[in-house]
Amino acid sequence: MPLLIKGRAIIEDRWTLLRDATSLDDVPGEAAVIVPLALWKSEHEALVTRKDVGVWLKPDDDPGVLAADIGSLPLIAIDFPKFVDGRGYSSARLLRDKYRFGGELRAIGDVLRDQLYYLRQCGFDAFAVRADRNFADAIGGLDDFSDNYQSTFARPVPLFRRRKGATGSDTGFSPE
Amino acid sequence: MYKYDHIDQRFVDERVAQFRDQTRRFLAGELTEDEFRPLRLQNGLYIQKYAPMLRVAIPYGLLSTKQLRKLAHIGRKYDRGYGHFTTRQNIQYNWPRLEDVPDILAELASVEMHAIQTSGNCVRNITSDHFAGVAGDELVDPRPYAELFRQWSTFHPEFAYLPRKFKIAVSGSPNDRAATLVHDIGVHAVRNADGEVGFRVLVGGGMGRTPIIGHVIREFLPRQEVLNYFDAILRIYNRFGRRDNIYKARIKILVKEMTLPVFAGHVEAEWERLRGGPATVPDEEIERLASFFEPPPYEKLPGDDAGFRSAIADNRAFGNWVKRNVFPHKVPGYAVVTLSLKKTGVPPGDATSDQMDAVADLADAYSFGELRVSHEQNLIFTDVRQKELLALWSELKALGFATPNIGLLTDIICCPGGDFCSLANAKSIPIAEAIQRRFDDLDYLYDIGELDLNISGCMNACGHHHVGNIGVLGVDKNGQEWYQVSIGGDQGEAASLGKVIGPSFAAQEMPDVVSRLIDVYVEKRHEDERFIDTVRRLGLEPFKERVYASAH
Repeated sequence: MPLLIKGRAIIEDRWTLLRDATSLDDVPGEAAVIVPLALWKSEHEALVTRKDVGVWLKPDDDPGVLAADIGSLPLIAIDFPKFVDGRGYSSARLLRDKYRFGGELRAIGDVLRDQLYYLRQCGFDAFAVRADRNFADAIGGLDDFSDNYQSTFARPVPLFRRRKGATGSDTGFSPE
Repeated sequence: MYKYDHIDQRFVDERVAQFRDQTRRFLAGELTEDEFRPLRLQNGLYIQKYAPMLRVAIPYGLLSTKQLRKLAHIGRKYDRGYGHFTTRQNIQYNWPRLEDVPDILAELASVEMHAIQTSGNCVRNITSDHFAGVAGDELVDPRPYAELFRQWSTFHPEFAYLPRKFKIAVSGSPNDRAATLVHDIGVHAVRNADGEVGFRVLVGGGMGRTPIIGHVIREFLPRQEVLNYFDAILRIYNRFGRRDNIYKARIKILVKEMTLPVFAGHVEAEWERLRGGPATVPDEEIERLASFFEPPPYEKLPGDDAGFRSAIADNRAFGNWVKRNVFPHKVPGYAVVTLSLKKTGVPPGDATSDQMDAVADLADAYSFGELRVSHEQNLIFTDVRQKELLALWSELKALGFATPNIGLLTDIICCPGGDFCSLANAKSIPIAEAIQRRFDDLDYLYDIGELDLNISGCMNACGHHHVGNIGVLGVDKNGQEWYQVSIGGDQGEAASLGKVIGPSFAAQEMPDVVSRLIDVYVEKRHEDERFIDTVRRLGLEPFKERVYASAH
């Protein structure tokens, strides 16, 4: 079974990523699978009743199309064909902040140690680090920084509301 | 100026550790060149023609003398004893060794400096008015906001891998000295009818291959909302900006292709959702940041120093320098001094480590231990007593920084060009020098008056040639270096883009070309008309005719 960083642990991944599935014939009946958005849309009726189907998005897929399914989807994955393509960071923020997705949000594709901190801040909690990499090393990337200036998903209250003596933290948000 | 607390310090320290490990992994073969490149770029490190080039941020142009001495030390220890001040309030070192860069970053961190996001497809160094806080025409001091933006942009998790670089400039004066109209986001601090500070926000300006003047996307944004609004703009850009062609990847192309109303609609909708959220800036934070930019302890002085006035009358050279290099200060008895880094024979913007140390000593003696870097690649002492100007002038002359040419033709803005930069099509420094030599007669230079001449060695436009009254662009024709000339560009609040006058020229023709442009101006100008005004009044034709009639 392939490995996955989930939270801060290295685990065996029970989900099968179906990169090229185009019809229900490509989808095993029993296993937990992650299907392309196009298939999810075309076979919505058949797939939505299953509790073990997640969806993966390409960088230019609009996360908003999943709005109606947000409450029932156990997993959404966002693909990074190249790590320098940063669209997935914004997709993640929208899924978490705007559509209130509470399930597993997974980064797939060209996922490397040096991007993990930023990915986590944007709402990812699972990282399918590229298989040729050392997962134990990669996990260190989650701790590259101890804090950040901005309001992020993982730490919504920006630093300027948390500095010593700062006031105005009246928005109901609390630090991580 | 802003002082790091233990958290700010920890961030830069953590960055050094992160990059040290990344460099180690690259050198050990654990990171490929493609994987390492974006990481090193976001730490200011290019691999250039002859060596790596390290670009260090000077956030909104502010430097303490302690920091300047550190920059001098870095130049001496890790480079060849000098540095190059750039057109975006950064300093570049042209000869560091890759292996040394983590140590250089650690040295910078020890004086609250860094090279974070000075390159790469991310939000770059925030730039601002080099006269901020001392100019009489200022509505709002932009520095607290520039620092707010610096912190917001530093390690922004969502916007580290944008389609392309992203530059933000902020100005607090109606006289725009920060080139805000040619930035991805330009911000004008203004006051509304109730006297409340807010921002006019411009978007989609820029230079490069497709120069565009920025468009106003919002006339008045409440100051507390500025980070929410930035997040909205950047999110729309990050999601929809083109990634298929690096020449069409800047936000200006997205705005153009979407049209401004559609782009603005997306931004405003996103902002509506973010408005009032956790990134809303409390006034307490703005006050906290403003407290770092309190005026220094000025003496109470008469508005006009008698000794200073008589020195101007007695000493023509000093008078010339005052006329060109000294700017009025809002506090009586004080003056703002520009140190010209545009001495003929020295690459524009270059300073040696010894000069930097000497400048630091002077800033300690004459200007409260701080100085500025301008996007025109000069240094500024903002708080000099009028009665000490003569003494300061003598010291600056000895250093080679008193060339009385600020705002004149020889105050050339110039990128490093083909002598150093691997992107360049052509050399720019020798062109600058040849033009400076042609116009070495100070009386003639003064008669020509205000004129911005900008030189870029390639389309990336680091020399801002599009907004030069005379713009020179290095181009490659069949492997040879040629120079395309445009006129009519202007920076500032009435920014305009220059128009190309015709076919390009060989390097040796350039001084003649500039001479002929100037001849037309001198012949045709109305009284008190600047070069740019004459070009605007007459159009390109008379200039073209003269240049090409005799040149070809």
